[in-house]
Amino acid sequence: MSMTEQQAGTTSEGASFGGVQARSTVAINATSRISVRNLDFFYGSGDTKALKGINLELPDRQVTGMIGPSGCGKSTLLRVLNRMYSLYPGQRAVGEVIMDGRNMLDADVDLNELRAKVGMVFQKPTPFPMTIHDNIAFGVRLHEKLSKSEMDERVEWALSRAAIWGEVKDRLHTSALGLSGGQQQRLCIARTIAVRPEVILFDEPTSALDPISTLKIEELIDELKRDFTICIVTHNMQQAARCADQVAFFYLGELVEVAPAAQMFTAPREKRTQEYITGRFG
Amino acid sequence: MQQTLAASAAPSLPTGERRKASSFGDKLFEWLCRGAGILVLLTLGAIIVTLFIGALPAFERYGLPFIWSTEWNPVEDHREAYGGAVAIFGTIVSAILAIVFAVPIAFGIAFYLTELAPSWLKRPVGTAIELLAAVPSIIYGMWGLFVVVPFVQMNIQLTFGEALAALPLIGFIFETTNFAGTSLFTASLVLAIMILPFIAATMRDVFEQVPPVYKESAYGVGATRWEVVSGVVIPYTRISVVGGIMLGLGRALGETMAVTFVIGNANRMPASIFDASTTIASVVAMEFPESLAGSLKQSALFALGFLLFVISFVVLAASRWLLRSRLK
Amino acid sequence: MSSTTLGTGRIQSAPAKDMVTARALGRRRKFKDNLVRWLCIGATAVGLFFLASIMVTLLWRGLAAMDLTIFTTEFRPTRYGDDSLPKGGLIHAILGSILQVAIGTAIGTPIGLLVGTYLAEYARNSMMGNAVRFVSDILLSAPSILIGLFIYQLVVLPMGGFSGIAGALALAIIVIPVVVRTTEDMLQLIPNTLREAVIGLGAPKWKMITLVCYKAALSGIVTGILLAVARIAGETAPLLLTSFGNNITSFDLSKAMASLPIAIYQQANSGFPDLIAIAWSGALLITVGVLAINIMARVLLRSKI
Repeated sequence: MSMTEQQAGTTSEGASFGGVQARSTVAINATSRISVRNLDFFYGSGDTKALKGINLELPDRQVTGMIGPSGCGKSTLLRVLNRMYSLYPGQRAVGEVIMDGRNMLDADVDLNELRAKVGMVFQKPTPFPMTIHDNIAFGVRLHEKLSKSEMDERVEWALSRAAIWGEVKDRLHTSALGLSGGQQQRLCIARTIAVRPEVILFDEPTSALDPISTLKIEELIDELKRDFTICIVTHNMQQAARCADQVAFFYLGELVEVAPAAQMFTAPREKRTQEYITGRFG
Repeated sequence: MQQTLAASAAPSLPTGERRKASSFGDKLFEWLCRGAGILVLLTLGAIIVTLFIGALPAFERYGLPFIWSTEWNPVEDHREAYGGAVAIFGTIVSAILAIVFAVPIAFGIAFYLTELAPSWLKRPVGTAIELLAAVPSIIYGMWGLFVVVPFVQMNIQLTFGEALAALPLIGFIFETTNFAGTSLFTASLVLAIMILPFIAATMRDVFEQVPPVYKESAYGVGATRWEVVSGVVIPYTRISVVGGIMLGLGRALGETMAVTFVIGNANRMPASIFDASTTIASVVAMEFPESLAGSLKQSALFALGFLLFVISFVVLAASRWLLRSRLK
Repeated sequence: MSSTTLGTGRIQSAPAKDMVTARALGRRRKFKDNLVRWLCIGATAVGLFFLASIMVTLLWRGLAAMDLTIFTTEFRPTRYGDDSLPKGGLIHAILGSILQVAIGTAIGTPIGLLVGTYLAEYARNSMMGNAVRFVSDILLSAPSILIGLFIYQLVVLPMGGFSGIAGALALAIIVIPVVVRTTEDMLQLIPNTLREAVIGLGAPKWKMITLVCYKAALSGIVTGILLAVARIAGETAPLLLTSFGNNITSFDLSKAMASLPIAIYQQANSGFPDLIAIAWSGALLITVGVLAINIMARVLLRSKI
């Protein structure tokens, strides 16, 4: 695996990609939080595989970026990690997703517990039709029994961590639907971390947002990796370069290459990776 | 897992026990929903069964000829006899006549609302037509009795009646000795007004589903609005339009109050559309409350109800089938 | 316009346009278009005329006998033109109607809500779901008098007589398919991403539906319930065979119970002008009520979308 590659310490000169400094040249040497092994994915009863033999390690408290052209399987993999695909009859995954020593694809895994451990933030903001406070409390109440003051504390904590507390603290009991798109997305991040997950999956979290909101979310992701293992799907290679420690390139359902961000954008080993990041296709 | 979280988390991360989830709530709720669905299936099944059980004595007594026997004599004990032909005939004829009256006007309204009306008029006129559909049927009945009946009597029967009856070949349809105004014709007229908004609203919805590009390409070669509707919209929506008409027919067949007030409720085979008649729904409404429980008369009324159910089921199922593309 | 205006690059093989014929055709086509246009305007005018005629008749005749006694007095027999006798009212029927509609809605709504949920959340494309959807649509348009016959056989006969509860049950059966249709439609409108967001937090499906989906679809669901109330408030035929009607105020659900539509029906057919006038007042009440609920439902739905 590419992540065994060691790059000692932090180089003062980050590798440059498209005018952006790829921020991480830090070694990917952390322990693995989730291990994906020999994963195949099927959307229907047919034999067409949407994912073919994927092997991938998500290092603990690091950001893994997933890139690749539309339909390459990166979002599909994300939806395997919290078993969102189980909502849809007919979709199935074969292989192993190991977390805490257990295969999360096993039939007897408690999906609600899994999703409490592996949170997800979606492409479009998905505020629930209730107040800002209740949006955050909703997820917490599912898994914990807190007193009112404990709950208020938790709400404040989550909103602060998502860098939105200052903007909403005076209107906690108004509808979340009244927030701007960028605020809604940070609210959704707060809602996800309020449940205290260990892993957070981001599915193109900024594709529906303006540049300034995008920047805020990216800063937030950087801050969050102190406590959470993060996996982000993105169409935007600059974003991957800015946010990710490790980058995985997918093409036609295959994982073509995994490497530290700096290496991926400066010296990809695979020809297809190189063609994609230089804009030859996709 | 709690261990790893506590060990690895930054101090800012709150800690605490998570509740153990149970799948009981999920299973219970799903079964509540499914149970309610099954209840709906059972309700329809139970309607068929109870109507049939109620009808059984009459069916056993008269057999199939019940359908074409015109006798209806509940009064004289020794000559008591029941046949459904008059009510069945009245039901079908009044409903079909109502469709004949309503469809052209409904089409005109739908065409006006989709293509002709200025946009500021579309919504108020559309809403008015929909409100017409919300008026309870008993109001149509009363309005029919006090407004339409005198109108038919004075302005149609007394003015055109003789001229119509003198027409060659079809004159007999209009020839009558009944000048009360309550008749098969009046019932059809009131029914037509009642189902008009339903058909118009369905047609409008169907017309609006024609992809604009079809219409635009027809306008693009210089077609007039009428040519676009007759050449593009109607062929494109033909099946759904028929479905909408069937839906109206289904309503007309089973309508009770609007008909009871104005049809004259005579259990005689009408010779003319200006004769008084009856329908299944209206004979049940008129005679059921005063029939004795378990009597042969009550059973005959159940038999009529069962037949009405069969007729409307066929019509409604056909309408749903024809409208299936719109429903999806 | 002649085709030469198209420019110098005129296609050689194109036949020349016969302008005389084209103009004659154009006149005929325009005439036809105009004719149809006026016919359609006429048809719409006819439709609106009917609505106007109904409303004017209702107001004209309904207001004639409308006074406080309608709301304070029970049924009284005809006065035979003797105005010194006390005038009757409709309070027994108004109260009976409210009670039966309330119970019918209370029974029918939860069932309809669950069925609509089943169709939208559990059985979108299953055989069973399609069967339930089909049957519910049949019930939606089935002749309501048959519902009356059904409840008569199921409740009235075993109970040994007409009763308010039988009337309420008949109305409940009419409520169910109306609520099913709107609930299913409104739940279908909720984007799947919202569902995934709830599930993604580790919520069980039933909490997703009851705590989030119902909230998101609330205005639509309430609209459905309002439309159902409007529909059953005017239902007459099924009540004739179930709660039958009563001339006094009664809240005893095991006995025959008055209702506004039945009272209107009986007094309108009584042949006595004073009772017919009261029937018109009742008709006005019921129509105004039903139309008001309808307009409320529309406003509610529009304000949310």
